[in-house]
Amino acid sequence: MHRSSEVKHLASDFNTRACECFGQPPVQPFESHCPVLTDRTVRVQLKVLKVKDGSVFFIRVKPDRTGVVTDGVKHSMNPFCEIAVEEAVKLKEKKLVKEVVAVSCGPQQVQETIRTALAMGADRGIHVEVSGKDYETLGPLQVSKIFAALAKKEQADLIILGKQAIDDDCNQTGQMTAALLDWPQGTFASEVTLEADKLKVVREIDGGLETIKINLPAVVTADLRLNTPRYATLPNIMKAKKKKITNVKPADLGVDVSSRLEVLKVDEPPQRQSGVKVETVHDLVEKLKEAGRI
Amino acid sequence: MAAAMALVRGVRFGSYSIGRSRSLIFNSLQRRGIAACVDPSIGLTDEQKEFQKVAFDFAANEMAPHMAEWDQKEIFPVEAMRKAAQLGFGGIYVNPDVGGSGLSRLDTSIIFEALSTGCVSTTAYISIHNMCAWMIDTFGNNEQREKFCPDLCSMQKFASYCLTEPGSGSDAASLLTSAKLQGDHYILNGSKAFISGGGDTDVYVVMCRTGEKGPKGISCVVVEKGTAGLSFGKKEKKVGWNSQPTRAVIFEDCAVPVTNRLGAEGEGFSIAMKGLNGGRINIASCSLGAAHASVLLARDHMCVRKQFGETLSNSQFLQFKLAEMATKLVASRLLVRQAAVALQEGRPDAVSLCSMAKLFVTDECFAICNQALQIHGGYGYLKDYAVQQYVRDIRVHQILEGNDFFCLIHVSEMQWFSKLSWSSPALSPSSNTPDSIRQLIIETLRPEVSQKR
Repeated sequence: MHRSSEVKHLASDFNTRACECFGQPPVQPFESHCPVLTDRTVRVQLKVLKVKDGSVFFIRVKPDRTGVVTDGVKHSMNPFCEIAVEEAVKLKEKKLVKEVVAVSCGPQQVQETIRTALAMGADRGIHVEVSGKDYETLGPLQVSKIFAALAKKEQADLIILGKQAIDDDCNQTGQMTAALLDWPQGTFASEVTLEADKLKVVREIDGGLETIKINLPAVVTADLRLNTPRYATLPNIMKAKKKKITNVKPADLGVDVSSRLEVLKVDEPPQRQSGVKVETVHDLVEKLKEAGRI
Repeated sequence: MAAAMALVRGVRFGSYSIGRSRSLIFNSLQRRGIAACVDPSIGLTDEQKEFQKVAFDFAANEMAPHMAEWDQKEIFPVEAMRKAAQLGFGGIYVNPDVGGSGLSRLDTSIIFEALSTGCVSTTAYISIHNMCAWMIDTFGNNEQREKFCPDLCSMQKFASYCLTEPGSGSDAASLLTSAKLQGDHYILNGSKAFISGGGDTDVYVVMCRTGEKGPKGISCVVVEKGTAGLSFGKKEKKVGWNSQPTRAVIFEDCAVPVTNRLGAEGEGFSIAMKGLNGGRINIASCSLGAAHASVLLARDHMCVRKQFGETLSNSQFLQFKLAEMATKLVASRLLVRQAAVALQEGRPDAVSLCSMAKLFVTDECFAICNQALQIHGGYGYLKDYAVQQYVRDIRVHQILEGNDFFCLIHVSEMQWFSKLSWSSPALSPSSNTPDSIRQLIIETLRPEVSQKR
């Protein structure tokens, strides 16, 4: 079933519309949000997110219960953002987009993540500096405001983000960005095809696969099966050193990053309680009655 | 103690759903779930961390899942290595103008250390291949570089290094394979033993005797597979390193064009020794990777295995053992990296440092892997568990590229040499020092012998 979404043209010149791709900003402070803006004709922006590494298994809650410990925990690019970067670079290789810009929000360390995106093939990077307390409370709403502002500034045509961050699983930034910009969105994309000035997106939904056709500019969020991210090659890593990363502050974009949410408490999941063994079905029923379950 | 506890706390099985499991996300514990104290990326530049990340990713996704199969079925993983070459791992320290990546020795060490966590045997072969490509790049003329290096860097063609003979291992300068000049060809006669990749590779960098006895009579030629007179022995059955075939390489009136000679006649031994300096760092780096992986495997096992009512991680003795292993690992890593830096800077202590690094690191890392196997108990002896493959694979690192016993001689002679002058007893013709060792000392310590890289 095809559905065309109506979209307001942001720019008068069709050829200079910019796309921005945003990844999911995590609610937790240790993530940086990197929108990937992809411009169909001019630039493609990618969002790159730096999250706690997915293979780090031991995460501890801070003693004051306000979050989890992030010091000394290895961080890396959000896997869904890697997929987003790969998709943007693929579009550029097919010569369907002109420029790929990788964006990340966070403290100094996110430059590493942007460099990884550059090594994969992005043309330049934008580092939106958010640090300290602001970074700890940075949430999807603030990030999507930043992305929306950047999209307008950079005149992006396509924004590609990872569908969600693996540390907070918010799955909100892409949708919020599209709403702020009043652009159509193709979320949970497992296939993206550029057809003239429209984008055909196959989405993975609960019921199966949904194919939609949306106008550009648009926001796309990448799902797992969209592609398999490439390895950066050694020569590309060295070339990435020469690519530019511009620094921007949220204030420059006119965005207020103060959070509307306050984390009250963070707790570990309750320890699994041991069960009780019973001898007969009769005992089982008794026990269930005692526990008030039946 | 703190180190052990830090290591032990580094793992706890999380609750990631299967829906999210995917090789990149659900990375092996070996790669990322590491405590800060043994983190191999400490002290590296951002760029080096990127190189290391690519190498770790590649090792975890493309090599580790197949490591056991390659070992048991003795498969030479051509496709996997070509994928590695596409990322630039085919000629890591070869000049970019012939297809190499142009990185430093330290970058190379970091990359091999990371790749080795995926499969030691394959990584060791890749390092030998790199050494051959470097030799042609550094000592060859432009025609030779352009003819051989691009294919080697992309691994369209594979290379083998032929120095060892049945009668000359440590005493390399006494090699017998002869190369008689006839017109514009050398006619090679003799055989090489224990050649890694022999029979399956395309380009052979061969040390042969063109002149008099001793190191000064040795030259280096490149022989291509398919040359008449070049044949191979049977494939050796080995304890480890099974993903690379090892065969004897036999020359019977094998005619090689003079244009395939690297450098001038008589320079072969010097080329070989310089190649081995880097080779020692590479082999030591491979040992490091195996030890790193083994430490993590041991730690993970300790968190899971219960005896006497509690997990092994609660045993103070084992915690201390793990701490010792971690300490030795970090010490080894620092030594190898220092040696790599010394070599790339052309420092006077580079050669002895490379020997020391190879000597120390291969021994220590084997002990670490062995200890890790011990911690696994009976399970460590089963081929279902990776730790035994690391132990078997790195055992040979103490033997080749400079048998450890020989490295001891090397280093001790160096020590004495620096205190004594040219009239040192060790160097006098009437001393008991074998000709070859005396030549080796003179050759490697002569000031005119400068490091190209």
